[in-house]
Amino acid sequence: MKIKINGEPRDLSPPLTVAEYLATLGLEVERVAVEHNHRILPRENFAEAQLADGDTLEIIQFVGGG
Amino acid sequence: MTVWINEQPRELPVGTRLFAVRDLCKPEADVLIVNGFPATSDQPLRDQDRVVLIRRGERPSAGELEALMAARHTPGVHERVKGASVGIAGAGGLGSAVAVALARIGVGRLIIADFDVVEPSNLNRQQYFVDQIGLPKVEALRDNLARINPYVKVDIFNGRLTPENIPTVFAEARILVEAFDAAAQKAMLVESFRRHFPERPLVAASGLAGYQPSNTVVTRRVGAQLVLVGDGQSAARPGEGLMAPRVGIAAHHQANAVLRLLLGEEPQ
Repeated sequence: MKIKINGEPRDLSPPLTVAEYLATLGLEVERVAVEHNHRILPRENFAEAQLADGDTLEIIQFVGGG
Repeated sequence: MTVWINEQPRELPVGTRLFAVRDLCKPEADVLIVNGFPATSDQPLRDQDRVVLIRRGERPSAGELEALMAARHTPGVHERVKGASVGIAGAGGLGSAVAVALARIGVGRLIIADFDVVEPSNLNRQQYFVDQIGLPKVEALRDNLARINPYVKVDIFNGRLTPENIPTVFAEARILVEAFDAAAQKAMLVESFRRHFPERPLVAASGLAGYQPSNTVVTRRVGAQLVLVGDGQSAARPGEGLMAPRVGIAAHHQANAVLRLLLGEEPQ
């Protein structure tokens, strides 16, 4: 399935949830915000959010400092 | 024709010149501003011109002050900025500098939230003074903003922001600035605000520590209503501290993104 992730096209194998994809990147879940198809995805829904062909995903990784 | 002199309308014969207006209204004025720009020579005035006459060093009356401050803004900008209500989550290096910038340009209302007090380690980058150590940051910042521009309405929330209280604290913020320090708190705030107010712009920051080159700090739109400032990488950690110049660069990227959004421009 074709998914646009942070503006870049990616080809991923279904089935895949957002939580599973974040795990493949080794990201700490509590430091990211995810927009799935232009809507914020609450982190408690990462595990059940299935990615589908044509989806867009924005993964915003935060680092500390302010 | 009508010419606005220190924000008061005045009927003048067509062809009246600037120096004649000065001599008529305020002969001691030595700073003359026409439509937001200082005028160095005499010039004919036109209908609806805005003229500000100031005597250098003079403290204007309360009524005149706002008009004089607004005189430095591009005509038309001031009205839109004054009508705005902007939230700032966090009053540290980012939030205090964003607040000062937005107050100086006359944003009408700021809603500022923070739970912390001013500490000596804050003074290397945050907009506080030595004699404010120990004060709640939101109170100290409100005092400082009042000294900069008393015509900005500042509402403060002295406490921790949580997913539960974010929609209430920022209920009236049409744009929110994320200015937290901790990464997980930044993510929490973005998630909570976007969830409750998906139609309102949010300007967040990530990656601004250290003394790497200025131009690696960028503003980019990452979602329909989500703007992200920073280099995305340089975290605050031992060996890469937070310092006034680069934190200030990021803060002013955020403030400028807010201004551009208020004026209907693309933030990046």
